[in-house]
Parts: sequence; C-alpha cells; structure tokens
Amino acid sequence: MSLAIATTGATQPNWLEKLGAGHIILGTALVLYPLVASDFFLTQIGGYSLIFGMLGLSLMLLSGYGGMVSLAQITVAGIAAYAIAILGNNNSNILGFGWPWWLAVPFAVLAAALASALIGWISVRTEGIYTIMITLAIATATYYFAQQNYAIFNGHSGYAGIRAPVFWGVNWRDPRPFYYLCLGLAVLSYAAVLYGSRSTFGMTLQAIRDNPRRMRALGYHVTAHKVFAWLLAGVIAGLAGVLLVWFNGRVSPGTIGVDAAIDVLIIAVIGGLRHPIGPFLGALVVVLMQTFAIDIVGAERFNTLIGMVFLVIVFVSPDGILGLWGRIKPHLAQEALRPGP
Amino acid sequence: MSLLDRPSQSTLAESGMTRRQAWGLVGLLAAAVIAWLVFAVWPDWLNSILISKKAFVSAILNGITLAGLYFLVASGFTLIFGLMRNVNLAHGSLYLLGAYIGYEVTNRTGYWLLGVAAGFAVLAIVGVIMQVFIFRRLEGDDLRQTLVSIGISIVAADLMLAVWAGGTYQITTPEWLDGALTLPIITAVRSNGASVFLTYPLYRVVVLAAAIVIGVGLWLMLHKTRVGMMIRAGVDDRAMLQASGVNVHAVFAIVFAVGAGLAGFAGVVGGSALSVAPGEDVRYLLASLVVVIVGGMGSITGAAIGALLIGLAEQIGLVYFPTYGIVLTFVIMVVTLAVRPQGIMGKAR
Repeated sequence: MSLAIATTGATQPNWLEKLGAGHIILGTALVLYPLVASDFFLTQIGGYSLIFGMLGLSLMLLSGYGGMVSLAQITVAGIAAYAIAILGNNNSNILGFGWPWWLAVPFAVLAAALASALIGWISVRTEGIYTIMITLAIATATYYFAQQNYAIFNGHSGYAGIRAPVFWGVNWRDPRPFYYLCLGLAVLSYAAVLYGSRSTFGMTLQAIRDNPRRMRALGYHVTAHKVFAWLLAGVIAGLAGVLLVWFNGRVSPGTIGVDAAIDVLIIAVIGGLRHPIGPFLGALVVVLMQTFAIDIVGAERFNTLIGMVFLVIVFVSPDGILGLWGRIKPHLAQEALRPGP
Repeated sequence: MSLLDRPSQSTLAESGMTRRQAWGLVGLLAAAVIAWLVFAVWPDWLNSILISKKAFVSAILNGITLAGLYFLVASGFTLIFGLMRNVNLAHGSLYLLGAYIGYEVTNRTGYWLLGVAAGFAVLAIVGVIMQVFIFRRLEGDDLRQTLVSIGISIVAADLMLAVWAGGTYQITTPEWLDGALTLPIITAVRSNGASVFLTYPLYRVVVLAAAIVIGVGLWLMLHKTRVGMMIRAGVDDRAMLQASGVNVHAVFAIVFAVGAGLAGFAGVVGGSALSVAPGEDVRYLLASLVVVIVGGMGSITGAAIGALLIGLAEQIGLVYFPTYGIVLTFVIMVVTLAVRPQGIMGKAR
C-alpha cells in the first residue's frame, strides 16, 4: 500500500487515494446535505452536531492522544463565548467593546487557548485520574464564578443579543451559511487533528501517553508537550465556543454548567475516543436523541435516558460506537470470506 | 525495598526537623493572632478594615461549621479513592439522596434522629450495592469506573428530580436543637459599658461537634481496629493485602458502606442546617473534590485540613468579596497543586 503510493506518487499526486474513500463519500454527503435538509435539520441538527463534535474533538485530542480526560472543554468554549460577548456587541448594557468580528474572534480564540493551556498546566501537575477531578473542579468553580460575578460575567442572566457577523454579503446566522461555516471549521479542525496525530508532535504526545517516564528519560519535556496539547485543544474548543455563541445568540452560566461539561464527555465517549471521527458521530447520536427521544420519554426524563445509554456504552464498549464497529467489522469480513454454508 | 528506603527516610526526617519546627512556630504565631482576633475587643481601625468584629467572627465560625459538613462528605470520598482508586463522582448524588431520605423519614415519623439514622443506613446499603454490582465489575479500570459514576450521577439527579421535583425542602430540626448559644466572645462594648456577647445557632455547634466526633471515630477505626488496619494496608498495597489472605472485596464493601453512609448522614445534617434542592449534589461534589485535592487522597487528616481551609475560604470570601469568593477556593487549589501536587497530607506515589 505504502509502496504503491511511493512509486505512483512520484508521477501523479494521488491525494484522492491518500484521502480515502470513506472521507470522500462523507465529505460529499456533508456538502450536499443542505440540498435535502430543511432549515431545522440544517442548524438544530447539522450545525449543532458539528459544534458539539468540535468540542468532543478537542476532548478526544487530549484523551485519545494525550491520555488526559478533561471535563473543562465546555469551560474553555465558554471563555471564548463570553469573550465574544464582551469584546463584540451585546444588548445587555454591560461591557461590549464593539470590536468588529475579525478582531474579536481571534482574541476570543486566543483567550480560550490560553485558558486551556493554564488548565492544562494546573492539571498536568498530577497524572491519570486526577486530571478528571481537577478539570471537573475547575469547570464547576468557573460555573459558580460566572453565576456570582456581575462585573465581568453579568451574573445569572449572562449576555444576550450577540449577533453573528454579516460580511461578503452573507448573514452568517442564516441556516445555510451557518451550516457551511460550522462544516468548514469542523473539517478544518478534524483534518488538523488527523494530520497533527501523525506529526512529530503527535507521535511524541502518544508516546508520552503510553509511557511518560520513558519519554522523560529520553530527554523529552513531558510537561511542555502536554501543555501544548492543551493549547491546541483550546483553539478547537475556542472556535466551537465562538460558533456556539453565534448559534445561541446568548451566553449564560447555564451554557458552561456542569451538565454541559458532562454532555461533552458523554458525546466523546459514546462516539469513541480512539479516532477523531468518533466525537462527531457521538454528537450526531446525542443531538438526534435530544431532538427525537423527547417524543418517546418526554422532555423531563431525557437525562435518565441519555445517562442509561452512556452507562450501557461504558459497560459494553469502552471505545464507543467506533469500538462496536471495530468489533463487528472483522466478523463481517470473515463472513464474506467464508465459502458458503 | 524497605531496607533501601530506610536510610533515605531517616535523612529526610533529620533535615525536616528544623523545617517542621519553623512551621510549628509559624502555626503558633498564627494561632495567637487568631486567638487575639477572636477574644479581644477590637480597636476601631480594625473594625473599619474588617467591617465589624461580629461579621468576622461569624464568618470564621460559619466557615468552621461548614468545614465540619464538608469533612463528613469528603472523608467518604477520600477513603473510597484511597483504597479503591475509584473516583466516585456520584458522591454528591449520595449526599442529596441522603438529604431527601432524611426529609421524608423526619416528616413522616416526626423524629429527626430517625431521619439521620435512615439517611446513614439507606445510603450505606446503596453504597454496598453500587460497589458489589457495578464498580466491582470494572475493577482496575479507573477511567471506566469514573465514567460509570458520572453516568450514575446523571441518572440519579434526574430520578430525584422526578420524585421530589424542583422545590426546596428544609428538614425540621427538633426543638432541643433550636435556639442560640451565647458564646464567651465579646463583639462590642456598648457605651454604657455592657459587653455584647456573640450568639450562635446551637444547631451549627452540634453539627461541628458531630463532625469532630465522627472524624475522631474514623481515625480510631482506621488506626486501632483490625478492619482499619486492613484498609490502611489496602491503601498502601492492595495486591499484597489480597495475597496475605484478606478478602479485599469485603473490605471494599465496608469502606463503600461507610463512605456512602457518611455522605447520606451529611445530607440529612446539612439539609437541616441549610436546604435540600436539586443542584446541591454538584455543590457538595465540588467541595469534596477540592477538599480531597487540597488535603491529599486517602487521608482522613488531609480531608479535615482541606475541609477547614475550603470552608473558611468560602465563608470569609462570602463576607469580604462576595462576587469573587469562589476564586479564593480556586486559588487554594491551584497553589496546593503547584507546591505539593499530591495534596497536603497525600503520599507521593
């Protein structure tokens, strides 16, 4: 396989082959999706899944490659969302510097990335299961802080009236442009994570996940690599936060609450933490359930349902839906090879 | 192994003596300052800085009683983690469930003490069930155990919401616990020379006393009984404990029963002093997390120190910088992690 690429690649760049059939089919389907989908399916299902998929992806980056399970990804996204509200315009009559979007967005993402690096720096002081505790403590503390503080976070009500920008003659909050915006950023982050995982840094990070002591002995700066992974995850989560605040038009402590933090973990775990596509799959499943399971169990008991699904997944297949697929696939292949009954 | 360890430990202890003495001196000075702050009549300039003596001393007392409550919740959490490496993120749910059960039992029977006992007993049983039927199946896989505990907390919170709805309950305390205690602390001197003494709710003093009694009891159980010996041995080396013929699963079940029972007990006691409402589970989960991160995993003494720090920080923050109070808690956690990642009383692993 790799040999074939090496020999034919010299004459013609077969990037299509490198991309893989699965990616091409999926990509085409996602690009053509607006042709068949209604506005509701475009934003509430499509856009929303992509946003939460990005959040899950930032968690997958940390846990899948770095072995650090974080519950603070929504907090990082929330920092970007609050930054957009504070730096840009809002109609809550508090702060709102009125910066244009092309200035506010980079600053918001930067703030999120730095916050993520800080959270990372705090939590990599310890190892293993401590990370989940520390990040949960940080997420919860930030939630309470946002709720209590009126000077910066405008307390309980948060900020409302945040508009997605209008440029190039397009209102980016309209269903179709918003969907493509989400899709573009999600694909970008997905490709970046996939590419990054095969880069020197990605390889080093995975080696650190598997054996930090050995990597330290080999002369690698373990802490720096981990914190850098947090910074990268922060960029993705920050972008998702910007999209989220444009999607909702508002941000409040409820956006970054503990429920939301756990939702991101559920999404990533249900989808699978071994491959970057997992979180998107998980996000789609959870969003679809959120939208349609309400008809079955009623809006009140939705959390019981999602909690049960989560428990079953953790018990049955620790690698989520991707893990299930990985288990079924060999059976199917065997089936095809078997010479009749 | 132990032979190799011994010399290095003794040199550490020798060089640490002077440092320990220095810390002792600092502690003594701090204690003297606090004692003066509490018992002396304040000059005006101090009153103007710290609002008033009454506010300050009340904040300290509230902080200590809250610490008692936090200790009750966190001690179970830390014991379970220390022995089984099981981060039980459903611990806050256990607290809330205990509070609801205490409310129901107290309301139906009219006996508050019965409610407290029920809170402990029912949650102890729930804890054993959780350990035997759920966590035992995932032994040795701490990430999955944690994820499962998160799942349980989601389902539990939702089901509790279904049963008890979103309202706020208050468990009625018996009459003999109502009323206030006049403490021998002078808050101010009236112009006619009469001293104003500080009064404090009796119930909170009782909560604090209960926490201290339980803390001492736990310490005695861990250090003086056979089960405690097994638990401590398990914290240090579980495989070795198992190899020496102890039924570790029975020990695990006992620890889970005690830990969950204490959370339920704290739920009833806390629900009587404060209130019972959805969302309290997250509050106490956060408290236990921070207490245990600061105090050190698996250490009862650490949990006590951590609870004291966090309780005081929360109440002092509430009085002096209301909207930034939580930042103080956060700073304590970050500083601890930066200086001593394993926690104040935690053992380096």
